[in-house]
Amino acid sequence: MLIKLTGGKVYDPASGVAGLIQNVYFKDGRIIDKPGDQPVDKEYDCHGKVVMSGAIDMHTHIGGGKGNIARTMLPEDHRQDPVPRTNITRSGNGHAMPSTYVTGYRYAEMGYTAGFEPAVLPINARQAHMEMADIPILDKGGYVMLGSDDYFLRMLTAKKDQKAINDYVAFTINAAKAIGVKVVNPGGINAFKFNQRKLDLDEQNVHYGVTPRQILQVLATAVKELGISHPLHVHGCNLGVPGNMQTTLDTIQGIGGLPLHLTHIQFHSYGTEGDFKFSSGAAQIAEAVNKNKNITIDVGQILFGQTVTASGDNMRQHANHKFANPNKWVVMDIECDAGCGVVPFKYQDQNFVNALQWAIGLETFLLVDDPWRIFLTTDHPNGAPFTSYPHLIRLLMDRTFRNEVLATIHPEAQKMTTLASINREYTLDEIAIMTRAGAAKLIGLKERGGLAPGYWADITIYTDNVNREAMFSKPDYVFKDGELVVVDGKVVKTKWGTTHIAKPNYDASVEKDLKDYFDRYLTMKLGNFKISDDEITEDERGSLTVHPTKTAI
Amino acid sequence: MAVITEVPSPFCGVGTDDLSIQVDGIALKVVAYGCAVNTPAFEQAIGDSNPRLAGKSVSLEVAVTQAATLLAQTKQPVIGGCATDVHGMRALLSLADRCGAVIDNMGFNAARNNFLALQDSGWMNTTLAEVKNRCDLLLVVGTDLEAIVPRFFERYLWNEAMFLDDSRQRQVIYLGKPPSGNASTSPNGQKAQVLACDDSALPEVVGVLRALVKGQPIRADKAGGIAVADLQSIADKLKAAKYGVVTWGAGALGINSHAELIVQTVSEMIKDINKGTRCSGLPLAGKEGDLTANQVCGWTTGYPARVRFSKGYPEYDPYLYDTHRMLANGEADALVWVNAFNVKAVPPESELPTIVIGRSGMTFAKEPDVFIPVGTPGIDHAGHAYRTDNVVAIRLLKLRESGLPSTGEVLSAIEAEVQGVQHAN
Repeated sequence: MLIKLTGGKVYDPASGVAGLIQNVYFKDGRIIDKPGDQPVDKEYDCHGKVVMSGAIDMHTHIGGGKGNIARTMLPEDHRQDPVPRTNITRSGNGHAMPSTYVTGYRYAEMGYTAGFEPAVLPINARQAHMEMADIPILDKGGYVMLGSDDYFLRMLTAKKDQKAINDYVAFTINAAKAIGVKVVNPGGINAFKFNQRKLDLDEQNVHYGVTPRQILQVLATAVKELGISHPLHVHGCNLGVPGNMQTTLDTIQGIGGLPLHLTHIQFHSYGTEGDFKFSSGAAQIAEAVNKNKNITIDVGQILFGQTVTASGDNMRQHANHKFANPNKWVVMDIECDAGCGVVPFKYQDQNFVNALQWAIGLETFLLVDDPWRIFLTTDHPNGAPFTSYPHLIRLLMDRTFRNEVLATIHPEAQKMTTLASINREYTLDEIAIMTRAGAAKLIGLKERGGLAPGYWADITIYTDNVNREAMFSKPDYVFKDGELVVVDGKVVKTKWGTTHIAKPNYDASVEKDLKDYFDRYLTMKLGNFKISDDEITEDERGSLTVHPTKTAI
Repeated sequence: MAVITEVPSPFCGVGTDDLSIQVDGIALKVVAYGCAVNTPAFEQAIGDSNPRLAGKSVSLEVAVTQAATLLAQTKQPVIGGCATDVHGMRALLSLADRCGAVIDNMGFNAARNNFLALQDSGWMNTTLAEVKNRCDLLLVVGTDLEAIVPRFFERYLWNEAMFLDDSRQRQVIYLGKPPSGNASTSPNGQKAQVLACDDSALPEVVGVLRALVKGQPIRADKAGGIAVADLQSIADKLKAAKYGVVTWGAGALGINSHAELIVQTVSEMIKDINKGTRCSGLPLAGKEGDLTANQVCGWTTGYPARVRFSKGYPEYDPYLYDTHRMLANGEADALVWVNAFNVKAVPPESELPTIVIGRSGMTFAKEPDVFIPVGTPGIDHAGHAYRTDNVVAIRLLKLRESGLPSTGEVLSAIEAEVQGVQHAN
């Protein structure tokens, strides 16, 4: 079926198109050039509308054990937001950590067509994929977590060479069906198991004698040498600790130009100035990001209200449990592999720290110059549920609105932020870069995140509206792989997206050592640990899409 | 005849995956690493594989149609058992959503003791590989561990550990129920320390232990028949251990009403110990699909179990939506029973229209209206199941060609026909 979108204002940063009136054609799921005399089967009038590719959330906790702990721990949160079934959609519930079906519907209803789980524990990767397999409409994928697993730390202590590390990293990406690699509190999750309660960048793990700086260096090198498109995805040391801005700056300086993605950087941008010894480090962080082109970031904006934080960083989550609201929390050590911590949070605009966190995130957005190197996230659900993205976009695009909200937060926090003096308003083109073209480029998704011929027809069409929150809350149409799935902000059809993965090559001999290690120390056989292709595809709704790496299998 | 090695088991709860199983046609024989739980479960003969309507053999198509016809006439059926693999649970939840059913998995009265503690205050827990490599002190609360998990000690304690010079030096302490055998005795001959008390005294005993960990003064000399001085020594050992682990079987605590308070007290005690050293809980609950049901229900509805769909959206009540209670109170108008693992796990007696999706070989005192025998995940078809530590999902293998359909296939076929009837109406 040939479909034509007529007369819309197109924002396609992947092709350098910023607000031109253009027609878009697609057929059999793919964007095509203007056809010759072939008849158009269906035409959508897009005059007065904005046309973008489907949005991509490059960091959102949508699959994996900690999310399911968060769900089952918070029945009272679900009861506030029941979602009834319809003839075409399943029932579920929403708010902070929505059920899988509702996650897919609500993302699609905001014009998103892909989401990436950033914290896939190798040993829990099956669960991550099984949950994501129950998220309709969206494409998905995950970054596999390394850096606190005992196997890796033993390799560092044994002074294994970079080639051996690369093989292990590549093996793990393949075994876990991931598209990237993440490190969370490098070595810190492991150190917590040895009763260390903090771990600075140059502090040694008491058992292994390894520092976070070494871990970052070795993993970032592995990712680069394996040719994985997505740079090492880093949740840094000292999350949430006043003064951690310096750790973040040291991390940027210390990596020696290797590509690094610093995630939810808002939580890592705190100074110790002022009466409350808590201040914004956003200006210094933004300056460092602007200067160091090897660095990309996502913000992890907080927004006010109830949410739940779910992280692999059991060390920092344990330290933060005293802020749990409601007062219940889970911390886990997991399989000599990693850990997790789940702590409900209620961010309050009249709480000085929360209010300043809000301002720090926005300062970061507005002070980083290059929208290709910064990404729009709330670290769902940690800073706020993903459903708050339209509100966040309005805060970025509408200075008047932003200053109105700023005037309502804790007065001392207002004094500690430069936000009121920042005039920048994001443009639609910049929003399209952050949420589409830039995200696809960062993850290494080919044929996604753009509207050029040959790309998959993941397309979102909005009615242009000066109230950007209203505009981005309710797209007129969303197409996924060329099929119309949303009309007027409501799902009209459901389908299944694909799972994006990478398959970097590795020396098969790596499995010999691993098999011995699994047999001696772990509780599962190596052969049973590896996820096979058919585990994703056997239910006939999942599929795998392999993206290129320098050393693909 | 072939021998398949490294076979994962859905039966024992700990995801044992070192079994060797000899396959001879449709006959299975566990030839290595069997145990009292796994061996009979794998070796169970296949039984009659024909569906039956009130005891009369019919084709699968006829049985599916009859099940759908029955269900389409109901307002609030209850789907009990829920013992199957991940894909079976997906199909079960989809059917329940469509029919406005209540779902309830078999082991939830036990698992509820854990979930209520989780939902009220949370916990600090660990998983099996951490126990194996780090645990230097194991405190077993109110549970005869080896009766539930026969190979626990062999696999996770008396075995090589990454961070202990001599794993045989680990300390094992039983509080409450004493062990029924000698599995907890170290290979070096060291027997477990046992502080026995009646099950009914356990709430008092763990309450005093928690107080002692917190340094609260206790005026009594004894608690539940155990000397407070002995409990003090446990508190001291927990605080002195580098990586203590406290384990309990949620079902074993159930003689006490509100046994979730025992779990909560223990879990809060563990949090307190973590102010100084490391200590973690290891709740043991769930085999034959219990945790699988809770996990899939969790991500699909937001609630772990006992969910009602009759208002069109999921509602959770860990007490009200109990299969037995609903049947007894006349709150359901049909019973669907799903158990693909255990032929002995038959449905509760009921006068209601009853549909059983059960492991082939299941027999009944009273034949259900519809019985559809299905294959067992991990034997007759591939699938996924969760381990007792609730983190690791194991990949179940297909071991033989029995021709039996999977739970997922049968429930999806029933749902498709229910949908057809609903549309026709």
